[in-house]
Amino acid sequence: MSPMPRTDPIARALVLRSAGTNCDGETVRALELAGAETTLLHLNALARDPARLAEQDLVVIAGGFSYGDYVAAGRIFGLELAAHLRAPLERFVADGGHLVGVCNGFQILVELGLFQPGRPRTIALTDNASNRFECRWITLRSEPCAARWLGTGELMPVPIAHGEGRFVTGTPEALAELFARGQVALTYVDPERPGPAGAREKLLPYPLNPNGSIANIAGICDPTGRVLGLMPHPERNLAPWHHPRWTRLGAREVGEGLAFYRRLVAAAARTPA
Amino acid sequence: MLPTAEASKDETRSHHPAPDAWRVEVFRRAAVGDPEGAALAEAMAELGLAAPAEVRVAKGYLFAPGYAQESIEAIARRVLADPVVNEVRVLAPRAAPRPGPFQRILVMSRPGVMDPVAHTVEELLVRSGEVPRGGAPAVATYRVVELRGPHGAAELTQLATRLLANETIEVVRIAREDLPYGERFPQAARGRVTVPLLALGGDELVALSRTGQLSLTREEMLAIQAHYRSLGREPSACELETLAQTWSEHCKHKTLTGLVEFTPPDGGTPRRIDNLLKSTIARATHELARPWCVSVFEDNAGIVAFDQGHDLCIKVETHNHPSAIDPYGGAGTGIGGVIRDVLGAGRGARPVANLDAFFVGPPELPKERVPKGTMHPRRILRGVVAGVRDYGNRMGIPTVAGGVWFDEGYVTNPLVYAGTVGILPHAAAHKEVRPGDVIVSVGGRTGRDGIHGATFSSIELSEDSETVSSSAVQIGDPITEKRTLDCLLAARDRGLYRAVTDCGAGGFSSAVGEMGEKTGAEVELDGVRLKYPGLASHEIWISEAQERMVLAVPPEKLDELVALFAAEDVEATVLGRFTDTKRLVVKDRGEVVAELDMHFLHKGTPRPVRQARWERPRLADPGCPAPREGHARALLGLLAAPEVASKEWIVRQYDHEVQGNSVVKPLVGVRGDAPSDGSVLQPLASSRTGFALGLGASTRFGALDPYRMALAVIDEALRNVVAVGADPARVAILDNFSWGNCNEPDRMGALVLAAEACYDAAKAFGTPFVSGKDSLNNEYRVGGETLSIPPTLLVTALGIVPDVARCVTMDLKRAGNRLYLVGETRAELGGSLFHHLAGRGGGTVPEVDLARAPRLLAALHAAIAAREVASCHDLSEGGLAVAAAEMALGGGLGLALELARVPVASLPEGWDADAARLYSESTTRFLVEVAPAQAPAFERRLAGLPCAALGEVLAAPTLRVAGVSGKPLLELPVDELARAFHSAFHFQGGAP
Repeated sequence: MSPMPRTDPIARALVLRSAGTNCDGETVRALELAGAETTLLHLNALARDPARLAEQDLVVIAGGFSYGDYVAAGRIFGLELAAHLRAPLERFVADGGHLVGVCNGFQILVELGLFQPGRPRTIALTDNASNRFECRWITLRSEPCAARWLGTGELMPVPIAHGEGRFVTGTPEALAELFARGQVALTYVDPERPGPAGAREKLLPYPLNPNGSIANIAGICDPTGRVLGLMPHPERNLAPWHHPRWTRLGAREVGEGLAFYRRLVAAAARTPA
Repeated sequence: MLPTAEASKDETRSHHPAPDAWRVEVFRRAAVGDPEGAALAEAMAELGLAAPAEVRVAKGYLFAPGYAQESIEAIARRVLADPVVNEVRVLAPRAAPRPGPFQRILVMSRPGVMDPVAHTVEELLVRSGEVPRGGAPAVATYRVVELRGPHGAAELTQLATRLLANETIEVVRIAREDLPYGERFPQAARGRVTVPLLALGGDELVALSRTGQLSLTREEMLAIQAHYRSLGREPSACELETLAQTWSEHCKHKTLTGLVEFTPPDGGTPRRIDNLLKSTIARATHELARPWCVSVFEDNAGIVAFDQGHDLCIKVETHNHPSAIDPYGGAGTGIGGVIRDVLGAGRGARPVANLDAFFVGPPELPKERVPKGTMHPRRILRGVVAGVRDYGNRMGIPTVAGGVWFDEGYVTNPLVYAGTVGILPHAAAHKEVRPGDVIVSVGGRTGRDGIHGATFSSIELSEDSETVSSSAVQIGDPITEKRTLDCLLAARDRGLYRAVTDCGAGGFSSAVGEMGEKTGAEVELDGVRLKYPGLASHEIWISEAQERMVLAVPPEKLDELVALFAAEDVEATVLGRFTDTKRLVVKDRGEVVAELDMHFLHKGTPRPVRQARWERPRLADPGCPAPREGHARALLGLLAAPEVASKEWIVRQYDHEVQGNSVVKPLVGVRGDAPSDGSVLQPLASSRTGFALGLGASTRFGALDPYRMALAVIDEALRNVVAVGADPARVAILDNFSWGNCNEPDRMGALVLAAEACYDAAKAFGTPFVSGKDSLNNEYRVGGETLSIPPTLLVTALGIVPDVARCVTMDLKRAGNRLYLVGETRAELGGSLFHHLAGRGGGTVPEVDLARAPRLLAALHAAIAAREVASCHDLSEGGLAVAAAEMALGGGLGLALELARVPVASLPEGWDADAARLYSESTTRFLVEVAPAQAPAFERRLAGLPCAALGEVLAAPTLRVAGVSGKPLLELPVDELARAFHSAFHFQGGAP
């Protein structure tokens, strides 16, 4: 049977959307299945009433093409957040809230500079090495990092769907610093030879690393581990038949992406479930 | 930032001064790489241009000259550039950069062409106060290519016009900086314009129709003249335009609903057909009277029941002519338009799937075979793929089904089909307009773009079409449409409007005219929000500017509706009111610019009689020789043919996973690279009911036998959905005819035969047509010659999947399983890919056994539903050989097959028995993998139908086929099959 939303929510989540957000439906579904009482809110509405953040345990910026991703992916949404909600969001995280950006949401969080608070930005997400939008399934591995709630060494088949997901750093030192601060959270791995968590593999070839990201980085967190961004879409692997080879696999209860949201919601719950 | 000192005042150097605007050019830092530049270098190599020593690509932005340099630099840093990725060059008004060793090519949209990037930047700067609110557009964008290399002026021109720009909608500047910033187009006056035609003779009326781009025939012009004579007055421009839009083939289907004198082929008795659509396609639907057909042939899309509380709606549109002129914009607005059809079906549906189908010339067509005024098929295909990608992906609708077909007949007339499926609450399936309801336009603004799209799409193209029709071409703005969608569905759920329709062909004139047909409407154009000033009243009224919907809003809900849209930055504007006068009145600034009787507008079209006569082409049957190159090479050739070869480069550019509903994806198998027959989605997480989408089309059957062609493509569409698990008793189908000029009796005759086949097949299979849209007049004039496309019918099947957990895919699953061939193989190679690749024409087109085929589909579905089937694949182009190869490469497993076991009808004398079995394209056939334990049950279900185990699945990845004689005929490693399948026809889908 399809998994059903829990009737006894353990956390309150807010999914933020704006013009061009288009993964809000599956993101709300994933959070509800994982046990969060979830509200979908337009950016304009939150900007008018930032106090609503205080009621939340978790904020997710859903994927899409915010404002068309014209100029650059996530740029305009990032600027809008910076203009209206930077301080409230920083306070929300400082007070223990979790903030996650998926795909376009990750691009928006990078634009907002929340991964390197108080310092000049040295990271970016830019055009895929293939110069193309790509939709395909990849395998993620959770790395030893500040976001301990992710678990370590978990493998997760999930789809990507983006044109600007290549993670780059301005300098080699900037990359070293991300590792040193425990900010490298999720990497692309070869599902046939995944290797142990924390292993610094060489750059995987396309399409295992689908966009040419440096150090195969698919997601990073801030030094607290409560802000996370990732390019792939765990919310698109919730049901047993979402996996691209489900007709070749045995009976399955749920999709692997649900585990990600369950861990997230459990970590964000301020009172233990 | 790149130093601004690089810029210099260049007035002395050039007769083409740089624009009077600040410019910001955003490049990528070398350290992070420039994939766009690298892709451009690759594309140059494909074009045969010398490799550049260095090439870089930048986005350029233009701003009004009044800014201080610091303000521009601040905007550049904050908004336009990324500190890690980009470096920026700022150019002062009238300044040009020092070119250094680089040659520069600039590309910019022509004035009036939609520029969504500029629009987005401008909106942001208006919000931040850096651009004044309410002024004329102040921001514009352009693209910069800088390259170092040995390229002369001719090569740069070739690069610019063949790879970078479409001069119909863009200007190119090579080694010049004079971008057309701030240029305005001709300003027209508002108000009533009278068009004197009462005194005109027939020829003068025809001339007026032509010069006015009305696309009205002599008879129609005469009918209009008679109408106005009876009124005793001359028409206004606005009235004439309204009639032209409403009466266009595009809006009215005059050919399919007209009168036809039909002489059947092979000596049949001539007869008169009154309304071909009603007497064939719609008649089948009417006679089948399926209770699950909720709304058919009456709304913007067909609506069928899905589950207890929900319906599905589906529409497939053609967008051929605009795509021929601008593939990118044409395909993008094609998908944008069909999405609006679904938003405007019932009281609005949520789009859950897109599909696309392209028919283009051969990808390897030599340059010299591309006629003047036409783009190379590769460029067209790249452009249409990019157009669907950029619009569909931004809308967040998964593009899950589609196809590409190739034939030289599409070189000048490519066909572009776009379709959308939506889901809506059952209670929202019907709409109603009441007198007194407020007419509200929501979404984008109105501009001069897209004027005469409906009439343009109804005429034949010519080598001049690129220039004369550029105003009919548009660039879409998907984010405006997405915002409108979000608000519209919220307003639907709050009951804030009673009816909705999309603003498509004909613009407001068609939308308001249709909605108010039964009531009447009074419109005031004063309130319409314009993109820029200078439009005439009739231009506002008929503009087909994209991303607009029209609503009928109860007056007491108006404020709430406007506020709902405003909260998400979408404009909602009052246009007028629906009345009870049965008249359409349009006012502008207090003056009546049009007043039309609804009855004349909708029912006044004359119905001319068309002649239809189709003769069978006199071609000898080439028989079926064994392939000269041997079967192994023949199969590899079929797999590498563009018709069969992998379309992965297209499929993966589309987001087919968004919304998280996919069950059977367009690509399946161990490596996710095998072509699925149909796609399955589960649109509601709360229900295990799903739906499958499948397509059928043929480029070569139609010229040989249009009747059998139509049967075959309906059969193919049904095979594709049944193969993945759809219930054949719950399949709805759609027809899209793209045809030549139907004033020619042979084209019309073929259309009659195809439509009659649609009736016969729909009745036999029990599958009603629920929607359709046609594109006639796909002809191309070059000099004195007129070329027609092959008669092309695209059939789309939408099938209900009772339980998505029981879907099957086409990849082989397990060694030791049996492989059955279900369906009979006959001596039918006419129009087959096997013949085509060998250069053979003629032959017998596959027929559908209408008595047996429905039983076969039902039995197969029962086996799939009972989980007796491990994998299933339909046989289509390339026949048994290609289907078996695709299943093997999908599963990474081998197959051993014996052709002697193939259920086959008798073959003519002299035919090669192996080749006929391997390559015949007989219809209603499937390869089905069954585990040994399920085999008895499976065979019982198929009892009485042609069905035989051909062999079994092998662990060793090799395809082995034994001939009819029992001797080995073919042995190929699966890797080699996969290489052939992936090798050919793979090219970058970079910038259009």
